[in-house]
Amino acid sequence: MRQTITLTIDEKEVKAKEGMTILEAAKVLGVEIPTLCYHEGLELYGACRICSVEIEKRGRSRIVASCCYPVEEGVKVTTRSPKIDKLRKTIIELAAVAAGEDAGKLRELADEYNADLSRFNSRVQIEPTKCILCGLCVRRCVEANWDSAIGFIGRGTSRRVAIFPEKKGICANCNYCYVVCPTGRITSTGIDPPFPYVDDVLAGRK
Amino acid sequence: MMGIVKWLGSPEDFEFLRQNIEFLRDPNKPTISVCVSTGCVALGALGVMEAFKAELEKQDLNAAVNVMDTGCVGFCEQGPRVTIYPEEICYFKVKPEDVPEIISKTIREKKIVERLLYKDPATGIGIRKLEDIPFYRHQLRLLLENNAKTDPKSIENYIALGGYSSLIKALFKMTPEEVLEEIKKSNLRGRGGGGFHAGTKWENTRDSPGEPKYVIANCDEGDPGAFMDRTLVESNPHIVIEGLTIGAYAIGANQGFVYVRDEYPIAVKNICTAIQQAEEYGLLGENIMSSGFSFSVKVHKGAGAFVSGESSALMAAIEGKVGAPRPKYVHTSTKGLWDKPSCLNNVKTWANVPLIICKGADWFTSIGTEGSSGTKIFSLVGKVNNTGLVEVPMGITLRDLIFKIGGGIRGGKKFKAVQTGGPSGGFISEEWLDLPVDFDELSKVGSMMGSGGMVVMDEETCMVDAARYFVDFLLEESCGKCTPCREGLRVLSKILNDICEGKGKSKDIQTIKEIAETMKYASLCALGKTAANPVLTSLKYFRDEWVQHIRKKCCPAKACKDLITYYIATEKCEACLICFKECPVGAVEGDKGQAQRINQEKCVKCGTCYEICNLDAVKKLSGEPIPSVIPKPMKPIRKGGN
Repeated sequence: MRQTITLTIDEKEVKAKEGMTILEAAKVLGVEIPTLCYHEGLELYGACRICSVEIEKRGRSRIVASCCYPVEEGVKVTTRSPKIDKLRKTIIELAAVAAGEDAGKLRELADEYNADLSRFNSRVQIEPTKCILCGLCVRRCVEANWDSAIGFIGRGTSRRVAIFPEKKGICANCNYCYVVCPTGRITSTGIDPPFPYVDDVLAGRK
Repeated sequence: MMGIVKWLGSPEDFEFLRQNIEFLRDPNKPTISVCVSTGCVALGALGVMEAFKAELEKQDLNAAVNVMDTGCVGFCEQGPRVTIYPEEICYFKVKPEDVPEIISKTIREKKIVERLLYKDPATGIGIRKLEDIPFYRHQLRLLLENNAKTDPKSIENYIALGGYSSLIKALFKMTPEEVLEEIKKSNLRGRGGGGFHAGTKWENTRDSPGEPKYVIANCDEGDPGAFMDRTLVESNPHIVIEGLTIGAYAIGANQGFVYVRDEYPIAVKNICTAIQQAEEYGLLGENIMSSGFSFSVKVHKGAGAFVSGESSALMAAIEGKVGAPRPKYVHTSTKGLWDKPSCLNNVKTWANVPLIICKGADWFTSIGTEGSSGTKIFSLVGKVNNTGLVEVPMGITLRDLIFKIGGGIRGGKKFKAVQTGGPSGGFISEEWLDLPVDFDELSKVGSMMGSGGMVVMDEETCMVDAARYFVDFLLEESCGKCTPCREGLRVLSKILNDICEGKGKSKDIQTIKEIAETMKYASLCALGKTAANPVLTSLKYFRDEWVQHIRKKCCPAKACKDLITYYIATEKCEACLICFKECPVGAVEGDKGQAQRINQEKCVKCGTCYEICNLDAVKKLSGEPIPSVIPKPMKPIRKGGN
């Protein structure tokens, strides 16, 4: 039997099951927290950080990623505040450094948080990839095929999604990666050109 | 060895073995110990070793004199180091050609080769014993003490110096709970940088549901200029294994891992040899000395990613996955390696454990400060006279560390800042020099204890440039998983490089602060959360330098290449033409017998002319115009008079 845990989200009390995350508990309440790398049913990843919220526990407050943080008894969660909004705004602007201004869901979030998508990009000036490295396509592929035809290669700023040549055969043209992609980077996986070319598309280098 | 059955079946067997080793050891037999750790090997220690063996053979002293490979004493810049026992005479910077003299004088005639002794910089007098050298006088060497006395490849050596007796004490005289209590009482804190209480971590792992449990020693050191962990594992691998075994006993783990980076070949070799030897004696493996406790250790070689030192990334790497961190809201002590309770500590933390068990928690807490007990190993590098590995009690002031042990700033220059805690530690300015070094005090001023890197900077270091260097390092090493760290570092790096190149904008400082704050609050792991520390502390303590870079395009320390110009002061130049000859791009112009001048179009600012001018005629300028040069004819310097 999982225990019931009582916590406060935006000053509203909510009962959640042990093991749930703050994000899931907020959904129960109908409180919306923005996400980019989270997808129900896929392995937790905690990379985009857009879902950051402030929690207060034993008088001490800190910022955590709500998609990964498990609910705890008596915790007070704040999902919107000037501080959180400012953090989200900067995160969106940072994500746009590589992804560029035309990146689906990022564009929508930018409008909500008054983020200037060209703010840092104009300084760094790299060719937009449209990819925010949320890893949803990679995790979706694992889920669909029990193995992944695509994965991350490179470290730091050279990190990108690529197809593993030796695993090309795994791709079942299921199009799931196309469906989950939040930025529209994966435009089409169709039969011609077949899915394996997603590497070039995802990398945004072609 | 020596016809004794190797596998030890009981503590009595161990005691018998120890007495045997002692009996067979002649403390008065001349022994030549040569450091064969990375630093000395790089300076030619293996050649010295060979020379000793050949010379002893030649002089037919093979049987009368021992030659021993030993670990590092920390004064690596003075290597290769040779110590002659029983007199404990220390020779530094020994070359193979010095070997015949050492043998004929020191070994045969018991005389000292004066020129190989360390000379006191103040008096110029040679110092015989290690402890009397100023570099060592203010240290307290608990972990590093035995490095010069033991062969890291010999378990018998370690046992002779009391090794593995703490394990016996723990296994046969204490319950796991008592061991745990002792560690908790000792207030031992994580030496890897976090400073988390080791006892609490052990207890969490022990109490977390799930079997099996794991213990892991972290030796994935990657900070620029730091080599504490490497030295410890290279020089005394058994102390790490003993500590890890005691910890496993207290926690209830039967499997341990040592994560060593593959770039440390000697460390990898020595820890593997040590594990094998401990297994042969039955100090590791099934039913250790019939105690009923079983424990084995595997070595995992890391592929050299800085971020793999982060606990969840390290565990992912052991599992065979990419070494990227994962959210740690559930601690690794609850769900770590393969989702099982896992206790990860730095190798230095584990190495403290045998000492605490042997001498007691009260002894340990008597050293150091109230919040941080024991000693701490630092790798003291940068612009100090004595660089190397130092072990000091917690609470020593930065001033003592830098001026008493480090011997002050190189070349009589002025101290400017010290960075503690590795690439994501902060810069500490002169006003904080009397700060006691412990976990809590350092974080109060915006830096951290870290794993023990300590980089000293002098007046010629530009603090903007230094911040840029560390941001660029972390940009290389970020795993790239989370947005704030990956993109934040990319933008910070761009802005900092711009500022150093004279392209800074007035709003930059505000932007930097905003990005730094986002990284601090929202990054996934500690790498990103602390990455902005050097930038923030540099801004806090040296703001004027930033303003000068941005507004006046001036680098006060005259270090940023793009903001400086070289010029030759006409009145000082005697037309010796050295700079003319040495300039790699032909930028020095002028006729024979005339003061030279630098063609700014051609100059690549390599600084060669500045370095070689004997007359101090080449000047560095920043933020000011080059004085107009009127070439004046002068009498060329004639050699040989007339």
